[in-house]
Amino acid sequence: MSEDIQAGLAEILEEVAGVAPADATPEKSFTEDLDVDSLSMVEIATAVEDKFGVAIPDDELGNIKTVGDAISFIQKNKG
Amino acid sequence: MSSNDDAVVTGLGATTPLGGDVASTWDALLAGRSGVRRLDDEWVKEMPAQLAATLAVEPSEQIDRVRARRLDRSQQVAVVAAEQAWAESGAADAGVAPERIAVVFGTGIGGAMTLLGQDDVLEAKGAKRVSPFTIPMLMPNGPAAAVGLAIGARGGVHAPVSACASGAEAIRWGLDLLRFDRADVVLVGGAEAVVHPLPMAGFAAMRAMSTRNDEPGRASRPFDKGRDGFVLGEGAAALVLERASSAQARGARVHARLAGAGATADGYDLVAPHPEGEGAARAITAALRDAGLSPADIGHVNAHATSTPVGDTAEAAAIRSSVGEHALVAATKSQTGHLLGAAGALEAVFTVLALREQVVPATANLDDPDDDAAVQALDIVRHEPRKASLSAAVNDSFGFGGHNLALVFTTA
Repeated sequence: MSEDIQAGLAEILEEVAGVAPADATPEKSFTEDLDVDSLSMVEIATAVEDKFGVAIPDDELGNIKTVGDAISFIQKNKG
Repeated sequence: MSSNDDAVVTGLGATTPLGGDVASTWDALLAGRSGVRRLDDEWVKEMPAQLAATLAVEPSEQIDRVRARRLDRSQQVAVVAAEQAWAESGAADAGVAPERIAVVFGTGIGGAMTLLGQDDVLEAKGAKRVSPFTIPMLMPNGPAAAVGLAIGARGGVHAPVSACASGAEAIRWGLDLLRFDRADVVLVGGAEAVVHPLPMAGFAAMRAMSTRNDEPGRASRPFDKGRDGFVLGEGAAALVLERASSAQARGARVHARLAGAGATADGYDLVAPHPEGEGAARAITAALRDAGLSPADIGHVNAHATSTPVGDTAEAAAIRSSVGEHALVAATKSQTGHLLGAAGALEAVFTVLALREQVVPATANLDDPDDDAAVQALDIVRHEPRKASLSAAVNDSFGFGGHNLALVFTTA
Protein backbone atom coordinates (compact mmCIF):
# COMPACT_ATOMS: atom_id res chain seq x y z
CA MET A 1 0.00 0.00 0.00
CA SER A 2 2.63 2.51 1.05
CA GLU A 3 4.88 1.25 -1.78
CA ASP A 4 2.13 1.92 -4.31
CA ILE A 5 1.67 5.41 -2.95
CA GLN A 6 5.40 6.05 -3.02
CA ALA A 7 5.57 4.88 -6.62
CA GLY A 8 2.61 7.06 -7.60
CA LEU A 9 4.12 10.06 -5.84
CA ALA A 10 7.44 9.43 -7.57
CA GLU A 11 5.67 9.57 -10.93
CA ILE A 12 4.13 12.91 -10.01
CA LEU A 13 7.47 14.30 -8.81
CA GLU A 14 9.17 13.25 -12.00
CA GLU A 15 6.48 14.83 -14.16
CA VAL A 16 6.17 18.10 -12.24
CA ALA A 17 9.67 18.69 -10.95
CA GLY A 18 11.98 16.35 -12.85
CA VAL A 19 12.91 14.34 -9.75
CA ALA A 20 14.44 10.96 -10.62
CA PRO A 21 12.08 8.24 -9.28
CA ALA A 22 14.93 6.61 -7.35
CA ASP A 23 15.39 9.85 -5.40
CA ALA A 24 11.77 10.03 -4.23
CA THR A 25 12.34 8.16 -0.97
CA PRO A 26 10.45 8.80 2.30
CA GLU A 27 13.22 10.63 4.17
CA LYS A 28 13.75 13.23 1.42
CA SER A 29 12.69 16.82 2.05
CA PHE A 30 10.87 18.40 -0.90
CA THR A 31 12.57 21.76 -0.62
CA GLU A 32 15.95 20.81 0.87
CA ASP A 33 16.73 17.61 -1.00
CA LEU A 34 14.59 17.57 -4.12
CA ASP A 35 14.64 21.27 -5.02
CA VAL A 36 10.85 21.48 -5.27
CA ASP A 37 9.68 25.08 -4.83
CA SER A 38 6.42 26.30 -3.29
CA LEU A 39 4.62 26.72 -6.64
CA SER A 40 5.56 23.20 -7.66
CA MET A 41 4.19 21.95 -4.31
CA VAL A 42 0.82 23.40 -5.31
CA GLU A 43 1.02 21.51 -8.61
CA ILE A 44 1.96 18.32 -6.77
CA ALA A 45 -1.03 18.72 -4.46
CA THR A 46 -3.35 18.98 -7.47
CA ALA A 47 -1.79 15.93 -9.08
CA VAL A 48 -2.11 13.98 -5.81
CA GLU A 49 -5.81 14.79 -5.74
CA ASP A 50 -6.18 13.52 -9.33
CA LYS A 51 -4.20 10.35 -8.74
CA PHE A 52 -5.28 9.33 -5.24
CA GLY A 53 -8.54 11.21 -4.74
CA VAL A 54 -7.05 12.89 -1.68
CA ALA A 55 -7.33 16.67 -1.41
CA ILE A 56 -4.58 18.37 0.56
CA PRO A 57 -5.92 21.55 2.18
CA ASP A 58 -3.62 24.60 2.08
CA ASP A 59 -3.03 24.54 5.84
CA GLU A 60 -1.93 20.90 5.63
CA LEU A 61 0.31 21.47 2.62
CA GLY A 62 2.69 23.52 4.77
CA ASN A 63 3.11 20.57 7.17
CA ILE A 64 4.15 18.18 4.44
CA LYS A 65 7.92 18.53 4.44
CA THR A 66 9.12 15.13 3.25
CA VAL A 67 8.04 12.47 0.80
CA GLY A 68 7.24 10.34 3.84
CA ASP A 69 4.91 13.06 5.21
CA ALA A 70 3.05 13.03 1.91
CA ILE A 71 2.79 9.23 1.87
CA SER A 72 1.35 9.18 5.41
CA PHE A 73 -1.11 11.95 4.64
CA ILE A 74 -2.37 10.16 1.54
CA GLN A 75 -2.54 6.80 3.38
CA LYS A 76 -4.49 8.34 6.28
CA ASN A 77 -6.99 10.18 4.11
CA LYS A 78 -7.49 7.72 1.29
CA GLY A 79 -11.07 6.44 1.25
CA MET B 1 33.52 58.62 -35.23
CA SER B 2 34.01 55.38 -33.33
CA SER B 3 35.56 55.31 -29.89
CA ASN B 4 36.37 52.76 -27.23
CA ASP B 5 33.20 53.62 -25.39
CA ASP B 6 30.99 52.61 -28.30
CA ALA B 7 28.65 49.70 -27.81
CA VAL B 8 29.60 46.63 -29.78
CA VAL B 9 27.78 43.40 -30.49
CA THR B 10 29.69 40.35 -29.25
CA GLY B 11 26.98 37.68 -29.28
CA LEU B 12 24.00 36.74 -31.43
CA GLY B 13 21.21 34.25 -30.85
CA ALA B 14 17.92 33.37 -32.52
CA THR B 15 15.26 30.76 -32.92
CA THR B 16 12.99 31.57 -35.84
CA PRO B 17 10.70 30.17 -38.50
CA LEU B 18 13.80 29.76 -40.67
CA GLY B 19 16.03 27.93 -38.21
CA GLY B 20 16.77 27.00 -34.62
CA ASP B 21 19.83 29.22 -34.45
CA VAL B 22 21.46 32.23 -36.12
CA ALA B 23 23.52 30.32 -38.68
CA SER B 24 20.66 28.19 -40.00
CA THR B 25 18.31 31.20 -40.01
CA TRP B 26 20.77 33.33 -41.96
CA ASP B 27 21.52 30.54 -44.44
CA ALA B 28 17.81 30.00 -45.07
CA LEU B 29 17.28 33.74 -45.47
CA LEU B 30 20.01 34.06 -48.09
CA ALA B 31 18.74 30.93 -49.83
CA GLY B 32 15.33 32.59 -50.20
CA ARG B 33 13.40 30.01 -48.18
CA SER B 34 10.05 30.88 -46.62
CA GLY B 35 9.15 30.11 -43.02
CA VAL B 36 5.43 30.50 -43.71
CA ARG B 37 3.02 27.56 -43.79
CA ARG B 38 -0.70 26.98 -43.78
CA LEU B 39 -1.79 25.88 -40.33
CA ASP B 40 -3.63 22.59 -40.16
CA ASP B 41 -5.12 22.84 -36.66
CA GLU B 42 -8.84 22.30 -36.34
CA TRP B 43 -9.49 25.87 -35.13
CA VAL B 44 -7.86 27.35 -38.20
CA LYS B 45 -10.72 26.31 -40.44
CA GLU B 46 -12.86 29.16 -39.08
CA MET B 47 -10.12 31.76 -39.52
CA PRO B 48 -9.98 34.24 -42.39
CA ALA B 49 -6.16 34.21 -42.19
CA GLN B 50 -4.80 30.68 -41.93
CA LEU B 51 -1.08 31.22 -42.33
CA ALA B 52 1.73 31.53 -39.84
CA ALA B 53 5.50 31.38 -39.78
CA THR B 54 5.99 28.83 -37.03
CA LEU B 55 9.28 27.86 -35.43
CA ALA B 56 11.62 25.66 -37.44
CA VAL B 57 12.72 23.91 -34.25
CA GLU B 58 10.39 23.38 -31.31
CA PRO B 59 11.77 24.92 -28.10
CA SER B 60 11.03 21.62 -26.34
CA GLU B 61 13.89 20.16 -28.39
CA GLN B 62 16.22 22.86 -27.14
CA ILE B 63 15.44 23.13 -23.43
CA ASP B 64 14.86 20.70 -20.61
CA ARG B 65 11.29 19.42 -20.23
CA VAL B 66 10.78 20.39 -16.59
CA ARG B 67 12.16 23.86 -17.18
CA ALA B 68 10.00 24.24 -20.29
CA ARG B 69 6.75 23.40 -18.52
CA ARG B 70 7.20 26.40 -16.20
CA LEU B 71 7.82 28.79 -19.07
CA ASP B 72 5.32 30.24 -21.53
CA ARG B 73 6.30 29.58 -25.14
CA SER B 74 7.40 33.23 -25.44
CA GLN B 75 9.74 32.66 -22.49
CA GLN B 76 11.04 29.40 -23.90
CA VAL B 77 12.12 31.02 -27.16
CA ALA B 78 13.59 33.97 -25.27
CA VAL B 79 15.74 31.63 -23.20
CA VAL B 80 16.83 29.63 -26.24
CA ALA B 81 17.95 32.74 -28.17
CA ALA B 82 19.50 34.40 -25.13
CA GLU B 83 21.54 31.37 -24.12
CA GLN B 84 22.91 31.07 -27.67
CA ALA B 85 23.95 34.73 -27.70
CA TRP B 86 25.39 34.51 -24.22
CA ALA B 87 27.43 31.40 -25.00
CA GLU B 88 28.72 32.83 -28.25
CA SER B 89 29.85 36.07 -26.60
CA GLY B 90 31.95 34.28 -24.02
CA ALA B 91 30.89 36.96 -21.53
CA ALA B 92 30.16 34.33 -18.89
CA ASP B 93 33.87 33.52 -18.66
CA ALA B 94 34.97 37.14 -18.67
CA GLY B 95 34.67 37.63 -14.93
CA VAL B 96 31.98 40.31 -15.13
CA ALA B 97 30.26 40.81 -11.77
CA PRO B 98 26.61 39.70 -11.95
CA GLU B 99 25.67 43.13 -10.59
CA ARG B 100 27.12 44.64 -13.80
CA ILE B 101 25.14 42.36 -16.13
CA ALA B 102 21.72 43.60 -17.27
CA VAL B 103 18.94 42.24 -19.45
CA VAL B 104 16.48 44.15 -21.63
CA PHE B 105 14.07 41.82 -23.37
CA GLY B 106 10.85 42.98 -24.99
CA THR B 107 7.67 41.32 -26.09
CA GLY B 108 4.62 42.72 -27.82
CA ILE B 109 1.96 40.57 -26.24
CA GLY B 110 3.66 38.36 -23.63
CA GLY B 111 2.25 35.12 -22.32
CA ALA B 112 -1.02 35.09 -24.21
CA MET B 113 -0.80 31.33 -24.84
CA THR B 114 -0.73 30.76 -21.08
CA LEU B 115 -3.43 33.34 -20.36
CA LEU B 116 -5.79 31.83 -22.91
CA GLY B 117 -4.90 28.23 -22.08
CA GLN B 118 -5.47 28.75 -18.37
CA ASP B 119 -8.73 30.57 -19.08
CA ASP B 120 -9.85 27.36 -20.79
CA VAL B 121 -8.86 25.43 -17.65
CA LEU B 122 -10.79 27.89 -15.47
CA GLU B 123 -13.90 27.55 -17.59
CA ALA B 124 -13.73 23.78 -17.90
CA LYS B 125 -12.44 22.68 -14.49
CA GLY B 126 -12.74 25.61 -12.09
CA ALA B 127 -10.44 27.98 -10.22
CA LYS B 128 -8.68 25.30 -8.19
CA ARG B 129 -7.25 23.74 -11.31
CA VAL B 130 -5.57 26.91 -12.60
CA SER B 131 -1.79 26.45 -12.62
CA PRO B 132 0.24 28.17 -9.91
CA PHE B 133 2.61 29.19 -12.71
CA THR B 134 -0.11 31.11 -14.57
CA ILE B 135 0.98 34.59 -13.48
CA PRO B 136 4.76 34.23 -13.95
CA MET B 137 4.08 32.63 -17.32
CA LEU B 138 1.71 35.29 -18.63
CA MET B 139 3.38 38.47 -17.39
CA PRO B 140 4.94 40.50 -20.20
CA ASN B 141 8.20 40.85 -18.26
CA GLY B 142 8.33 37.06 -18.18
CA PRO B 143 10.73 36.61 -21.12
CA ALA B 144 13.11 39.21 -19.65
CA ALA B 145 12.87 37.64 -16.20
CA ALA B 146 13.47 34.13 -17.54
CA VAL B 147 16.51 35.35 -19.47
CA GLY B 148 17.82 37.21 -16.43
CA LEU B 149 17.64 34.04 -14.37
CA ALA B 150 19.20 31.96 -17.13
CA ILE B 151 22.35 34.10 -17.35
CA GLY B 152 22.48 35.24 -13.73
CA ALA B 153 21.99 38.95 -14.43
CA ARG B 154 21.65 41.08 -11.30
CA GLY B 155 22.28 44.52 -12.71
CA GLY B 156 18.64 45.07 -13.68
CA VAL B 157 16.15 43.20 -15.83
CA HIS B 158 13.86 45.32 -18.00
CA ALA B 159 10.99 44.64 -20.37
CA PRO B 160 9.94 47.31 -22.83
CA VAL B 161 6.51 46.79 -24.34
CA SER B 162 5.81 48.79 -27.49
CA ALA B 163 4.03 46.29 -29.73
CA CYS B 164 6.08 45.46 -32.81
CA ALA B 165 8.82 47.91 -31.83
CA SER B 166 9.52 46.15 -28.50
CA GLY B 167 12.59 44.25 -29.69
CA ALA B 168 14.17 47.38 -31.13
CA GLU B 169 13.25 49.36 -28.05
CA ALA B 170 15.09 46.78 -25.93
CA ILE B 171 18.23 47.34 -27.99
CA ARG B 172 18.01 51.10 -27.61
CA TRP B 173 17.48 50.70 -23.88
CA GLY B 174 20.52 48.43 -23.67
CA LEU B 175 22.62 51.06 -25.44
CA ASP B 176 21.47 53.63 -22.87
CA LEU B 177 22.41 51.34 -19.98
CA LEU B 178 25.96 51.10 -21.32
CA ARG B 179 26.20 54.81 -21.99
CA PHE B 180 24.92 55.69 -18.53
CA ASP B 181 27.37 53.17 -17.08
CA ARG B 182 24.59 51.22 -15.41
CA ALA B 183 26.03 47.93 -16.63
CA ASP B 184 29.11 46.49 -18.36
CA VAL B 185 27.34 43.81 -20.37
CA VAL B 186 23.71 43.90 -21.51
CA LEU B 187 21.83 41.05 -23.11
CA VAL B 188 19.05 42.53 -25.26
CA GLY B 189 16.37 41.05 -27.47
CA GLY B 190 12.76 40.30 -28.13
CA ALA B 191 10.44 37.30 -28.02
CA GLU B 192 6.97 36.46 -29.28
CA ALA B 193 4.89 33.31 -29.57
CA VAL B 194 1.18 33.89 -30.04
CA VAL B 195 0.14 31.58 -32.85
CA HIS B 196 -3.26 31.00 -31.24
CA PRO B 197 -6.87 31.57 -32.37
CA LEU B 198 -7.49 34.77 -30.40
CA PRO B 199 -4.54 36.88 -31.57
CA MET B 200 -5.04 35.49 -35.09
CA ALA B 201 -8.71 36.45 -35.01
CA GLY B 202 -7.95 39.87 -33.53
CA PHE B 203 -5.37 40.79 -36.15
CA ALA B 204 -7.61 39.41 -38.88
CA ALA B 205 -10.50 41.53 -37.59
CA MET B 206 -8.28 44.58 -38.11
CA ARG B 207 -7.85 43.38 -41.71
CA ALA B 208 -4.11 43.42 -41.00
CA MET B 209 -3.31 39.83 -41.99
CA SER B 210 -2.76 38.26 -45.37
CA THR B 211 -5.52 35.90 -46.47
CA ARG B 212 -3.50 34.43 -49.32
CA ASN B 213 -4.14 31.07 -47.71
CA ASP B 214 -3.44 28.96 -50.78
CA GLU B 215 0.04 30.38 -51.32
CA PRO B 216 1.83 30.38 -47.96
CA GLY B 217 5.30 31.12 -49.29
CA ARG B 218 4.04 34.02 -51.36
CA ALA B 219 1.77 35.64 -48.78
CA SER B 220 4.26 37.98 -47.12
CA ARG B 221 5.20 40.37 -49.91
CA PRO B 222 6.42 43.73 -48.61
CA PHE B 223 6.33 46.61 -51.10
CA ASP B 224 4.65 44.41 -53.72
CA LYS B 225 1.49 45.63 -55.43
CA GLY B 226 -0.30 42.42 -54.47
CA ARG B 227 0.39 42.59 -50.72
CA ASP B 228 -2.65 42.11 -48.52
CA GLY B 229 -1.36 42.04 -44.95
CA PHE B 230 1.25 40.50 -42.70
CA VAL B 231 1.83 36.86 -41.77
CA LEU B 232 2.17 36.16 -38.07
CA GLY B 233 5.52 34.69 -37.03
CA GLU B 234 6.95 33.38 -33.78
CA GLY B 235 10.42 33.24 -32.30
CA ALA B 236 13.07 35.24 -30.52
CA ALA B 237 16.40 36.92 -31.14
CA ALA B 238 19.07 38.19 -28.78
CA LEU B 239 22.27 40.24 -28.89
CA VAL B 240 25.02 40.77 -26.35
CA LEU B 241 26.15 44.38 -26.08
CA GLU B 242 29.18 45.70 -24.28
CA ARG B 243 31.69 48.54 -24.58
CA ALA B 244 34.28 48.27 -27.32
CA SER B 245 37.02 48.68 -24.70
CA SER B 246 35.93 45.64 -22.68
CA ALA B 247 35.34 43.52 -25.75
CA GLN B 248 38.82 44.37 -26.95
CA ALA B 249 40.39 43.74 -23.57
CA ARG B 250 39.04 40.22 -23.40
CA GLY B 251 39.60 39.50 -27.08
CA ALA B 252 35.93 38.98 -27.88
CA ARG B 253 34.73 38.66 -31.44
CA VAL B 254 32.95 41.87 -32.46
CA HIS B 255 30.21 41.37 -35.05
CA ALA B 256 29.38 45.06 -35.47
CA ARG B 257 29.01 48.32 -33.58
CA LEU B 258 25.74 49.70 -32.32
CA ALA B 259 26.46 53.31 -33.19
CA GLY B 260 23.18 55.02 -32.39
CA ALA B 261 19.47 54.84 -31.80
CA GLY B 262 16.42 57.04 -32.13
CA ALA B 263 12.86 56.79 -30.88
CA THR B 264 9.82 58.91 -31.64
CA ALA B 265 6.05 58.69 -31.46
CA ASP B 266 3.70 59.50 -34.32
CA GLY B 267 1.08 61.27 -32.22
CA TYR B 268 -1.23 60.60 -35.12
CA ASP B 269 -3.39 57.49 -34.69
CA LEU B 270 -3.53 54.51 -32.35
CA VAL B 271 -2.74 51.94 -35.03
CA ALA B 272 -2.44 53.59 -38.45
CA PRO B 273 0.99 54.95 -39.35
CA HIS B 274 1.36 58.56 -40.39
CA PRO B 275 0.88 58.27 -44.19
CA GLU B 276 4.13 60.10 -44.96
CA GLY B 277 6.03 58.26 -42.26
CA GLU B 278 6.78 61.54 -40.52
CA GLY B 279 7.47 60.02 -37.10
CA ALA B 280 9.42 57.15 -38.62
CA ALA B 281 11.64 59.56 -40.54
CA ARG B 282 12.30 61.56 -37.39
CA ALA B 283 13.36 58.37 -35.60
CA ILE B 284 15.82 57.49 -38.37
CA THR B 285 17.20 61.03 -38.47
CA ALA B 286 17.59 61.01 -34.69
CA ALA B 287 19.46 57.70 -34.85
CA LEU B 288 21.80 59.04 -37.54
CA ARG B 289 22.52 62.13 -35.48
CA ASP B 290 23.10 59.97 -32.42
CA ALA B 291 25.60 57.89 -34.40
CA GLY B 292 27.30 60.97 -35.81
CA LEU B 293 26.61 59.84 -39.35
CA SER B 294 25.01 61.43 -42.38
CA PRO B 295 22.43 59.81 -44.68
CA ALA B 296 25.11 59.25 -47.32
CA ASP B 297 26.94 56.91 -44.93
CA ILE B 298 24.04 54.47 -44.81
CA GLY B 299 24.45 51.67 -47.31
CA HIS B 300 21.64 49.39 -46.19
CA VAL B 301 18.25 49.62 -44.51
CA ASN B 302 16.58 46.56 -43.02
CA ALA B 303 13.00 47.79 -43.25
CA HIS B 304 10.14 47.02 -40.90
CA ALA B 305 7.96 46.43 -43.99
CA THR B 306 5.28 44.06 -42.75
CA SER B 307 3.42 43.66 -46.07
CA THR B 308 0.40 45.73 -45.06
CA PRO B 309 -0.97 48.09 -47.70
CA VAL B 310 -0.60 51.32 -45.68
CA GLY B 311 2.46 50.50 -43.59
CA ASP B 312 4.89 49.78 -46.40
CA THR B 313 4.25 52.97 -48.35
CA ALA B 314 4.49 55.12 -45.21
CA GLU B 315 7.82 53.50 -44.42
CA ALA B 316 9.10 53.90 -47.97
CA ALA B 317 8.36 57.62 -47.68
CA ALA B 318 10.19 57.75 -44.35
CA ILE B 319 13.29 55.98 -45.68
CA ARG B 320 13.35 58.19 -48.75
CA SER B 321 13.09 61.40 -46.76
CA SER B 322 15.55 60.47 -44.00
CA VAL B 323 18.16 58.26 -45.70
CA GLY B 324 17.60 58.90 -49.40
CA GLU B 325 17.32 56.61 -52.38
CA HIS B 326 20.82 55.14 -52.50
CA ALA B 327 20.65 52.60 -49.65
CA LEU B 328 19.95 48.94 -50.40
CA VAL B 329 16.65 48.08 -48.74
CA ALA B 330 15.68 44.60 -47.53
CA ALA B 331 12.35 43.46 -46.11
CA THR B 332 13.17 40.18 -44.43
CA LYS B 333 9.63 39.64 -43.13
CA SER B 334 8.95 38.40 -46.65
CA GLN B 335 10.53 35.13 -45.44
CA THR B 336 10.29 35.16 -41.65
CA GLY B 337 6.78 36.53 -41.29
CA HIS B 338 6.17 39.18 -38.64
CA LEU B 339 7.55 38.23 -35.24
CA LEU B 340 5.84 41.22 -33.55
CA GLY B 341 7.81 42.00 -30.37
CA ALA B 342 10.73 39.88 -31.58
CA ALA B 343 10.85 41.45 -35.05
CA GLY B 344 13.10 44.37 -34.13
CA ALA B 345 15.61 42.09 -32.46
CA LEU B 346 15.67 39.55 -35.28
CA GLU B 347 16.05 42.25 -37.91
CA ALA B 348 18.83 43.85 -35.86
CA VAL B 349 20.60 40.48 -36.00
CA PHE B 350 20.10 40.44 -39.79
CA THR B 351 21.43 44.00 -40.04
CA VAL B 352 24.52 43.05 -38.06
CA LEU B 353 25.07 40.01 -40.28
CA ALA B 354 24.60 42.06 -43.45
CA LEU B 355 27.38 44.38 -42.27
CA ARG B 356 29.61 41.54 -41.16
CA GLU B 357 29.13 39.50 -44.32
CA GLN B 358 28.82 42.49 -46.68
CA VAL B 359 25.68 41.17 -48.30
CA VAL B 360 22.08 42.42 -48.33
CA PRO B 361 19.34 39.75 -48.27
CA ALA B 362 16.73 39.82 -51.01
CA THR B 363 13.11 40.76 -50.43
CA ALA B 364 11.09 37.72 -51.44
CA ASN B 365 7.88 37.96 -53.46
CA LEU B 366 8.58 41.46 -54.71
CA ASP B 367 7.38 40.63 -58.20
CA ASP B 368 5.69 43.88 -58.98
CA PRO B 369 6.71 46.86 -56.82
CA ASP B 370 3.93 49.19 -55.71
CA ASP B 371 3.30 52.21 -57.95
CA ASP B 372 3.83 54.47 -54.96
CA ALA B 373 6.50 57.04 -55.81
CA ALA B 374 8.64 56.34 -52.76
CA VAL B 375 8.56 52.56 -53.26
CA GLN B 376 9.56 53.11 -56.89
CA ALA B 377 12.40 55.41 -55.85
CA LEU B 378 14.02 53.02 -53.35
CA ASP B 379 16.61 50.41 -54.30
CA ILE B 380 14.90 47.37 -52.84
CA VAL B 381 17.00 44.23 -53.27
CA ARG B 382 15.03 41.44 -54.85
CA HIS B 383 15.41 38.06 -56.57
CA GLU B 384 18.75 37.33 -54.91
CA PRO B 385 21.01 38.74 -52.20
CA ARG B 386 23.33 41.51 -53.31
CA LYS B 387 26.97 41.84 -52.33
CA ALA B 388 27.83 45.36 -51.34
CA SER B 389 30.48 47.41 -49.61
CA LEU B 390 28.71 48.50 -46.46
CA SER B 391 30.01 50.56 -43.55
CA ALA B 392 26.75 51.53 -41.84
CA ALA B 393 23.15 50.34 -41.85
CA VAL B 394 19.80 51.30 -40.39
CA ASN B 395 17.18 48.99 -38.93
CA ASP B 396 13.80 50.53 -38.19
CA SER B 397 10.80 49.14 -36.33
CA PHE B 398 7.31 50.44 -35.68
CA GLY B 399 4.55 49.39 -33.36
CA PHE B 400 0.83 49.87 -32.89
CA GLY B 401 0.56 52.89 -30.62
CA GLY B 402 2.67 55.02 -32.95
CA HIS B 403 6.06 53.82 -31.66
CA ASN B 404 8.99 54.40 -34.03
CA LEU B 405 12.46 53.04 -33.39
CA ALA B 406 15.59 53.24 -35.48
CA LEU B 407 18.98 51.68 -34.82
CA VAL B 408 22.24 52.42 -36.60
CA PHE B 409 24.89 49.71 -36.79
CA THR B 410 28.38 50.10 -38.28
CA THR B 411 31.03 47.56 -39.23
CA ALA B 412 33.31 46.28 -36.50
